[in-house]
Amino acid sequence: MKYAVAFAIGLIFGTGLLVSGMYLPAKVLGFLDLAGKWDPSLAFVMGGALPFSAIGFVLAHRRGKAVFGDPLHIPERTRIDPRLLAGAAIFGVGWGLSGVCPGPAIFNLGFASGPAFVFFAAVAAGMAAYEAYDRVTAQP
Amino acid sequence: MQIDWLNFTPWSALAGGALIGIAAALLINFNGRVMGASNIVGGLFRSLSDAPWRLSFLAGLIAPALAAAAFGAPRPVFFAGTATLIVAGLLVGVGTRMGSGCTSGHGVCGISRLSARSIAATLVFMLAGFASVFAVRHAFAGVAS
Repeated sequence: MKYAVAFAIGLIFGTGLLVSGMYLPAKVLGFLDLAGKWDPSLAFVMGGALPFSAIGFVLAHRRGKAVFGDPLHIPERTRIDPRLLAGAAIFGVGWGLSGVCPGPAIFNLGFASGPAFVFFAAVAAGMAAYEAYDRVTAQP
Repeated sequence: MQIDWLNFTPWSALAGGALIGIAAALLINFNGRVMGASNIVGGLFRSLSDAPWRLSFLAGLIAPALAAAAFGAPRPVFFAGTATLIVAGLLVGVGTRMGSGCTSGHGVCGISRLSARSIAATLVFMLAGFASVFAVRHAFAGVAS
């Protein structure tokens, strides 16, 4: 049951990317290009998402656990450390170069185009490489 | 600043954004998970113990694209060449793992639960995104393709 629900929720997320047009690199780059003709749509996507997401987190916190009984996996770290900021900066550069962040990178696999596969493979390789590095450095 | 009125789509952006927010609300309430695309994929490289829900979610995420492609929705056009796409993809992969999140995890979920880390991360990746697009499209336009 919880897997069917996860599938359905993925479906809603993907439909959101489709309806908003945020799977299109042109829409994302139009937002990131402040010096060109600026397309503010991405800010409206975030503005449309935040109230619903915020209500969802308040309700989840109030219940203290998930409907299916799982604990809430909410990040506990609060310190803004160099790793967080460096990672965000590296991600931002890649996002600006491509116009694609991880959600759309996965979504676009459905269009089965060469560049979509190349980009996703590179993202996955980068993730695997960082995880491997993290494992090596975490265990002396 | 000039607004790109021809391509600006406020209503579909708000509607699509609402769907994304509703999905984030449902995932934390039903599955107890933060809806961050990079963490859902990236977690697979850490442990396969909770792979089933991750893969179920990812299958759901791809499904609308399959339908959209079949019904002639605009296909995503990647402006960057293959080499740039590979470099950009590696940066996105490394950066989102190192920085613990992406546009959905930090930008939507993190900000909506008022996480200082997520607000900081979102500001940084937005600024880096603005800067790299400025570099490619304006400062060094025509230098590399």
